[in-house]
Amino acid sequence: MTDRCAFSHCVGFDAVRGERSSRDRHKSHSRDSSSRSDKNVTISASSAQPQQPDQSSAPTDAQDDNWGETTTAVTGTSDHSLSQEDLAGFGKETEGPVEKLNCVRFLPLALTLILGLLVLITPLSFLVLPQLMWPERLQACGTACEGLFLSLAFKLLILLLAGWALFARPGRASLPRIAVFRALLGLLTLLLLLSYWLFFGVRILDSQDENYQGIVQFAVSLVDALLFIHYLAVVLLEIRHLQPCFSLSVVRSTDGETRHYNLGQLSIQRAALVILEHYYKDFSVHNPALLTAAKSRAAKHLAGLKVYNVDGAGSDAATAQSRAKIAAAARQRDTSHNELYYEEAEHDRRVRKRRARLVVAVEEAFTHVRRLQEEEKKKPPGDEMDPREAAQAIFPSMARALQKYLRTTRQQHCHSMDSIQAHLAFCITNNMTPKAFLESYLMAGPTLQYTRECWQTRQWTLVSEASVTSPLRHGSEFQLKSSDFSLVVTSKAIPHLKLSEEYVHPKSHKFVLQLQSETSV
Amino acid sequence: MSFIPGQPVTAVVQRIEIHKLRDGDNLILGFSIGGGIDQDSSQNPFSEDKTDKGIYVTRISKGGPAEVAGLKMGDKIMQVNGWDMTMVTHDQARKKLTRKNEDVVRLLVTRKSLENVVRQSMMQH
Repeated sequence: MTDRCAFSHCVGFDAVRGERSSRDRHKSHSRDSSSRSDKNVTISASSAQPQQPDQSSAPTDAQDDNWGETTTAVTGTSDHSLSQEDLAGFGKETEGPVEKLNCVRFLPLALTLILGLLVLITPLSFLVLPQLMWPERLQACGTACEGLFLSLAFKLLILLLAGWALFARPGRASLPRIAVFRALLGLLTLLLLLSYWLFFGVRILDSQDENYQGIVQFAVSLVDALLFIHYLAVVLLEIRHLQPCFSLSVVRSTDGETRHYNLGQLSIQRAALVILEHYYKDFSVHNPALLTAAKSRAAKHLAGLKVYNVDGAGSDAATAQSRAKIAAAARQRDTSHNELYYEEAEHDRRVRKRRARLVVAVEEAFTHVRRLQEEEKKKPPGDEMDPREAAQAIFPSMARALQKYLRTTRQQHCHSMDSIQAHLAFCITNNMTPKAFLESYLMAGPTLQYTRECWQTRQWTLVSEASVTSPLRHGSEFQLKSSDFSLVVTSKAIPHLKLSEEYVHPKSHKFVLQLQSETSV
Repeated sequence: MSFIPGQPVTAVVQRIEIHKLRDGDNLILGFSIGGGIDQDSSQNPFSEDKTDKGIYVTRISKGGPAEVAGLKMGDKIMQVNGWDMTMVTHDQARKKLTRKNEDVVRLLVTRKSLENVVRQSMMQH
């Protein structure tokens, strides 16, 4: 068990064939770089690109035995391979910026805590300072003061709880610019506290006012004002953007997957945040291996043409060259759609065949495992197993079919052997059917479903023409760029809906039969 | 057979006298009617004007009293024994035709061919 390292930490390569042209080498380089930037340490190159049928059978048989082993087959043509040192070095260089980010992330929280402390201390100090500084001259106040003390205490408690609920939350994300409303509210609170301190200092401390009840009322009025500021905060920060005003359409640039979301009046950066949170649960996981087919086709279109300038260099040589290329390519395009059609038909057939084999294998494997009944537990234990061991026991019978299927649908880098076995143990524990186990492999699920490395704080860049703290408008567009792809977002205002009423009397539902009856007389 | 709302209906009619046949306890006339003011007149295959809600003869049983008396399929019944049939419900028409104490019904029926005959004979003169 120990020498079968987890699939994710192996670097396995296809046995690269010698007769691949330079074009394919270029292709494999781009593939490596795209999966490297995925922040996922699985760098097993995807299976063979759409090849001729006769080539496909031989490499896959050779790869089946390499599952989970530490050997790497590096041939002479794969000179863009990634060694273990490179991987280790790559991991380290992302540590630095992450450290800095952690400090900056907690700055708003720290400021909020300081402000909270000030808010707590100010009314209390208003009450306590006169007692400390001129206790003999203060008028004793009776029950009215005590009532005020009580209300002050409770209001302060409520304020602190409410403030804790609203403000003392770990930040969801670090946004590029400051959150305008929060900053304004903090400023307002600070202003309020300063003005109250000013009044206190001038009117009460300097003149050493003796009317203690007045001072207590002064403190209570401060707490009231703070409670109202908190109400303002709730309305501005939480409630204002609940009512949907805009419908945003989010399109992923690599494969065009589109979703629509309804949002309220938010600034662009906050809208981007909401969209990202939805992205991880709605969009299917980004699979770079599925995109290389289109790129190779595009490369084939243009790579075959070379333009020679016979009449000597002119100023518009570049445009003339590109026009010539387009014209030649237009004439030449006749056969590539044919290729595409047959390739896709063949691929579909292969996927369906492998899927059928997989389903049968998994169903058969699940029949070997049965939950131990209560009565049987009292008998001497034969070979009882916990879920993990049961999963390991039945996994080999379906491993081959599953691996072949994943390779055909180019998902094998998303699932490591450990994760598959963990999922199998999970399904066995919860009495799931084979179909339930297979569902996560047959359909590409949302990014949340896969290992944590896929979606732990990623670096996203917000690209926008308008300032990111400006509010969303009809027709505003921005892009959320990640390292592999980008999400293009356009917003449309939800139109003003006119709803009119039509009153229907409950007894007005009367019916007649429209017959054409024929009576014989 | 044109119908102008508010004006009396004018039509060329034929008088048909049908003697009811006694069949056990029932008196049968040997034809079927359709139409009536409570029916859907647009489905009437015999009427020229689809808003005409009159009573039409939809079927004649072979050899029955109606066929013997000369009733034809598609005739519009205007009167039965003096009772008007142009503005009655289907059920009222049935009742007027199937009174148990009457052995004979005298119908006034109209059809398109009657008008043509009259027009032709008028043109000859």
